[in-house]
Amino acid sequence: MQAFLRKEIMPRVFLTCVKSDKFKSGVYTAELVTALRRGEASLNAVLPKILRRGTVSASDMDAVAERLDMLYGARLEPLVRKIGERQLVGLAAFFADDAFVPEKSLLERVIALTGEMLVAPATSGGRLRADYVESERDKLIDEIHSVVNERQQYADMQLLAHMCEGEAYAVPVRGTEAEAAKITVFTATKRYRELLSSAEVELFYCGSAPFERVERASAEALASLPRASSAPLPPTQVLTEPKRGDTRTFTETLEVAQGKLSIGYRLGDAMLAPNYPALAVMNAVFGGCVTSKLFRNVREKLSLCYYASSRIDKHKGVMLVSSGIEPANYEKAVAAITGQLEAVRSGDFTDQELESAKKALINAYRSCDDSLYALESWYVDNARLGLNWTPDDMAAFVSLVTKKDVTDACRGVKADAIYFLKGGDAVEE
Amino acid sequence: MRSKDYPAIGERVYTETLENGLRVLVVPKPGYKKAFALFATDYGGADRRFRLAGEWRDTPAGVAHFLEHKMFDMKDGRDALSVLSENGASPNAFTSSDMTAYHFSSTDGFWDNLDTLLRFVSEPYFTEKSVEKEQGIIGQEIRMTEDEPDSVQYYGLLKLLYAENPIRDSVAGTVESIAEITTQTLYDCHKVFYNPSNMVLCVAGDVEPERVAEAAVRLLPTRYGEKPERDYGNDKGLRPFKKRTSVTMPVGLPMFLAGVRAPKAEGEALLRQSVTAELALKVLMGASSPLYLSLYEKGLVNAGFSAEFDNAAGVSHCLFGGETASPDAVLDAIREELSRVAASGCDEKLLERVKRASLGASLRGLDSLEAICVGMARGVFRGYDAFAEIPLAALTSADEVNAFIAESLRPENMAVHMIEKGA
Repeated sequence: MQAFLRKEIMPRVFLTCVKSDKFKSGVYTAELVTALRRGEASLNAVLPKILRRGTVSASDMDAVAERLDMLYGARLEPLVRKIGERQLVGLAAFFADDAFVPEKSLLERVIALTGEMLVAPATSGGRLRADYVESERDKLIDEIHSVVNERQQYADMQLLAHMCEGEAYAVPVRGTEAEAAKITVFTATKRYRELLSSAEVELFYCGSAPFERVERASAEALASLPRASSAPLPPTQVLTEPKRGDTRTFTETLEVAQGKLSIGYRLGDAMLAPNYPALAVMNAVFGGCVTSKLFRNVREKLSLCYYASSRIDKHKGVMLVSSGIEPANYEKAVAAITGQLEAVRSGDFTDQELESAKKALINAYRSCDDSLYALESWYVDNARLGLNWTPDDMAAFVSLVTKKDVTDACRGVKADAIYFLKGGDAVEE
Repeated sequence: MRSKDYPAIGERVYTETLENGLRVLVVPKPGYKKAFALFATDYGGADRRFRLAGEWRDTPAGVAHFLEHKMFDMKDGRDALSVLSENGASPNAFTSSDMTAYHFSSTDGFWDNLDTLLRFVSEPYFTEKSVEKEQGIIGQEIRMTEDEPDSVQYYGLLKLLYAENPIRDSVAGTVESIAEITTQTLYDCHKVFYNPSNMVLCVAGDVEPERVAEAAVRLLPTRYGEKPERDYGNDKGLRPFKKRTSVTMPVGLPMFLAGVRAPKAEGEALLRQSVTAELALKVLMGASSPLYLSLYEKGLVNAGFSAEFDNAAGVSHCLFGGETASPDAVLDAIREELSRVAASGCDEKLLERVKRASLGASLRGLDSLEAICVGMARGVFRGYDAFAEIPLAALTSADEVNAFIAESLRPENMAVHMIEKGA
């Protein structure tokens, strides 16, 4: 089992390290954790993009690109993610391990540059540079427009916007075009300063270096990080019932060949004292793996689609089913998906289906230790819930899940909203 | 098995060619919990016309991919996807223009899973009913890709670059072309292309190399089959078949993908071409290039802009593009830069930088067992050693890069596919 260490290295700055000698590269991420909120999401999302443009010592993209080339092609990218009703914005660095390049302090130099981007951006007259702010604002707006290019992702986003209307969870990770259009050098600078001093900072490293080395480099890189006290963030709001009691349906038309179906569920009472391993197995049995009800029936038996899968957001207590179907098969697909959920709820699944789902999950969790990306998202995600399980711990818990645990986890699951993106002329109904 | 060390990158590769012609490669990865196995055939979407028993035979578009789906059906009525999954593996498969690969990773039960992989891929079993059922599923897969702007761009551009090479058609085929596929088509193509001599087995993980080869010897046919001869048409020269086309789709921003053909190359020469081309593209329009930086700063491109070299089905080309509100302004700037660098040579300091940077990117690739196995298999099929690529960048000279730019990146040979923004 791979050991991990987590420590508050400065006030509300948490460093998680996984030491492993098997990789030839490493990952380092630095993220500011804030509440996902309407009116602020775009402003938060644009910040790491602005910071990536230049720092006090590498003041433009040209200088940053040169620095990264000299660091043996290190990648340093803006990071924006949504975990429950938290928005995390920051930077992610991927770089060669010192052992395989002539440079022996590559790690320190990568952490120094990441830290500098976060705490010492290029400025002009005490503010973020107006040209960088405006340029990145425009690019953020483009990105918001382009979500529609990924048809299913767009459908899932629209589903959540409708289903969770009024909840923070409805807010897209990059906010909205209207919000983004309001970004100015003044609002961006103000928000940057607030966030830098008030936000909890999540640092993650995985690679061959020992914890102390990463801690030292991080403390040095973030030495000038302002730390002010701040009120704790509101918890992610969990609804145990569909918002309007029964299932709502929403349809939008876009000129596409294939319809995209997205169904959102509330997990119900299972979220009062969540049994995370049981929820994971329930999802796997229903639609989370190739032996799942959705894959076996909706795809293989009924030939309705190429993909039909489910996933859970354990922070929000929401489950999502996504599938690409022929628009004419809408009713059939919804009925099939609903029927499969009923089967899981009523315990109409074999021991083999249960064991297969558990094995798929155990393999996936155990495989986390072999991927820098998987480890990073595992630890950053679980830290939001105060969980300190390793992926191996989770695999062990999953192996103990019983059929009753699964039906219990499924008992209160209710469909809240159905969203269908269908082909044809583009008119919102 | 023979082993070869690559001390600079800390890797070792075990290889063996079995009597039946199967190439087996094992890359030990100490400390990894999962092991990854890939069993691939040198057969992809572009291999549509081939010689069988002395006669040329044409097959509909999409057979290789259809076969990939149907191989999972086993004789005993079960499907290999479930069998592997029930034994703790994470199985999958993919078909590209020139390769079909079946793979799994597992942290437990690796050897049983490897046996299953070798068995199901070498034992075809098709029924009319199951073929018909798959037409529905693949039909939806095709519909899905028809809506994907990146896929529309890619095939749209290849149709401009090549008049004949079947690489220009979607690997999955069309709803119409797959309707022509019968069980006989599938059996025939399996027989021709799934000979061990046309295949490779590649494993990466903390496993005993000898045991991998032993499993293949134990389970696969002993007969040495001929490598099938294929016909990819006859696209001569470097000029594109057509220069420009555009389609309208619902997208956030207009998009373009441009391409230029490069001379045919094989084996080690192809590896060198690929390394040289990647360096040339980085110097011309990579993240550190003056062209990219200036287009980015002017708001003409965003971070999604990319450029890559690609080779399949006997042809090579460079592709580059992205989203932009002003495709023509970007294309003009690219043409101007190509001409400028072709005339004056590339910035040698920048070249040294991007060569240095390519080492880090290569090392990152070695942390993905999937990427290692896919790279190895591709190398075997194309006749080069994939790990030999890594030190090659450092050895590539400015003259080679300049020669590639002057010959293979001529603005007048560029074809452009555009997506205009529809509702």
